[in-house]
Amino acid sequence: MGRTLAEKVWDDHVVRRAEGEPDLLFIDLHLLHEVTSPQAFDGLRKAGRQVRRTDLTIATEDHNTPTLDIDKPIADPVSRAQLETLRKNCAEFGVRLHPLGDVEQGVVHVVGPQLGLTQPGTTVVCGDSHTSTHGAFGALAFGIGTSQVEHVLATQTLPLAPFKTMAITVEGELPEGVTAKDLILAIIARIGTGGGQGYVLEYRGSAVEKLSMEARMTVCNMSIEAGARAGMIAPDETTFAYLRGRAHAPEGADWDDAVAYWRTLRTDDDAVFDAEVVIDAAELAPFVTWGTNPGQGAPLSAQVPDPASYEDASERFAAEKALEYMGLTAGQPLREIGVDTVFVGSCTNGRIEDLRSAASVLEGRSVADGVRMLVVPGSVRVALQAVDEGLDKVFTAAGAEWRHAGCSMCLGMNPDQLAPGERSASTSNRNFEGRQGKGGRTHLVSPQVAAATAVLGHLASPADLSDVAVSTPAGV
Amino acid sequence: MEAFTTHTGRSVPLRRSNVDTDQIIPAHWLKKVTRDGFEDGLFEAWRKDPQFVLNQEAYRGATVLVAGPDFGTGSSREHAVWALQNYGFKAVISSRFADIFRGNSLKNGLLTVVLPQETVERLQELAEADPAVEVTVDLVARKVLAPGVEADFALDENARWRLLEGLDDISLTLREESAIAGYEANRPSFKPRTVVA
Repeated sequence: MGRTLAEKVWDDHVVRRAEGEPDLLFIDLHLLHEVTSPQAFDGLRKAGRQVRRTDLTIATEDHNTPTLDIDKPIADPVSRAQLETLRKNCAEFGVRLHPLGDVEQGVVHVVGPQLGLTQPGTTVVCGDSHTSTHGAFGALAFGIGTSQVEHVLATQTLPLAPFKTMAITVEGELPEGVTAKDLILAIIARIGTGGGQGYVLEYRGSAVEKLSMEARMTVCNMSIEAGARAGMIAPDETTFAYLRGRAHAPEGADWDDAVAYWRTLRTDDDAVFDAEVVIDAAELAPFVTWGTNPGQGAPLSAQVPDPASYEDASERFAAEKALEYMGLTAGQPLREIGVDTVFVGSCTNGRIEDLRSAASVLEGRSVADGVRMLVVPGSVRVALQAVDEGLDKVFTAAGAEWRHAGCSMCLGMNPDQLAPGERSASTSNRNFEGRQGKGGRTHLVSPQVAAATAVLGHLASPADLSDVAVSTPAGV
Repeated sequence: MEAFTTHTGRSVPLRRSNVDTDQIIPAHWLKKVTRDGFEDGLFEAWRKDPQFVLNQEAYRGATVLVAGPDFGTGSSREHAVWALQNYGFKAVISSRFADIFRGNSLKNGLLTVVLPQETVERLQELAEADPAVEVTVDLVARKVLAPGVEADFALDENARWRLLEGLDDISLTLREESAIAGYEANRPSFKPRTVVA
């Protein structure tokens, strides 16, 4: 019987297989950041162990870094100590680090792909659940805990329990104004936050094949929000074109060998998935969340649902709790929900195409009075590219704040946070209670919806802006 | 890792589904660089409510958390496991756990037990009716015992053995040195490297 993409990549990394034991898998790329690594390095130190493969390990600073005044000492002493700990650990163990201020610094899941380190058929891990992002290249990529970070540092392997496979097939054309973010939010709403549990998802079908690499990363990034072990997309010409010429992409004969291997990384025609979901792209619309988990979402044109409409008692209770926390009432049109803050950024939507998409909506328009809009590029490279294209000027001319690269308001570890009761439209990945700041309320949206929402002050799509005049010529 | 064989203690009913790791330990606690001192951050936002179950005197000192479905979703932060352990929990019972959280828990000796939802609810009812009732989580027999409840649970044999023995994963893997070195010797040259030789 044929094998799926995930099974092929898995099989190619088995170091040791024994009856009754988890497979021991080799890890091709280990990404580190400041938050989930200090206790792992400490463990190595206590046991007198080394990092086995510093040449397969790379670190950056992202979760905790400020997005303002980065040339000054970090104000919060605890944050500063954590970054200094990473710097000390990387120096002591010989790990390559891109610290704050470095041109390659940025959100770990933006940095890996842009350096060309994330490649088809590799295994990629990081102490961060959004490692699923790298699956967009046909890599088997997943988030791990700190104990596993230590395990990979010491052995470059992980013992892993078997997984199940799920095909998510999206056929057809995404309608105008519908993005990869809307697609993945709709998928999560369909299968639920636990729907992917135990599965590696493979996104396939004509609508997925048409997505750019960056859009594919947005989709795979949120696989974890469906509870999945990982999400993958088979590599194709789009993948190869993205990788060619990048700093760590193979060259010469290695490139040819690599592409020949990468072309084999497709699910065989006779392979069988453990589960299948089929989605018609044409039926999708701009999608936003109304609740406190990423599965609690609906099309922008819909209303806040009535908890009483849920048959399942625990879902009903969760919806009641969510509406209470979010300060919403059943039946309220989603378009009428006003926001205080708009956040564009994160490993979900902080890449150059996301910034272009938001800027194209904002160009010549202004952020509504009383709304604060933060634009946080996913990496320094993304920021430089945006400046080169004049996007930063579009944002600042509209009244948005153009910030330095990092995770920022996605998780509210640095000073970029919502105040209690504040409401955001956010291009990030989690709308959990307090995620963006204690008492803050989050609606997950695409970059286009974020920009349109900033202009109108309530949840909106670019199509709602037809009445808002563009005040300056294009190309500012 | 501390070994886990069997544990008996009072339980806390947490009747919420989809308890994500941001609720278990909020992000601002993640700046710490140690594995201890997270107990005050456990469910920090909910503990501001005096009615929250952990604030009720009757549940003080309880060691088994009986939670709603999909416990531990979201962020991979192992701090969530440390916070539960630092607070004093030895085991968590739910009908479904998020994968990364479950993996993290078993690597730290916090036993996560999967039981059918109706059994979980029965245990919650018992603890609500009488907070002094004790629950036994027996990994040797793979059973959860409480008055009127005797429920078998599954855990893969390898994970169970590691927990019972309190084994360190890294030491076990390092015994496979020759297999790892053999694999490394045969990796294709086109595979990416972070450091260019």
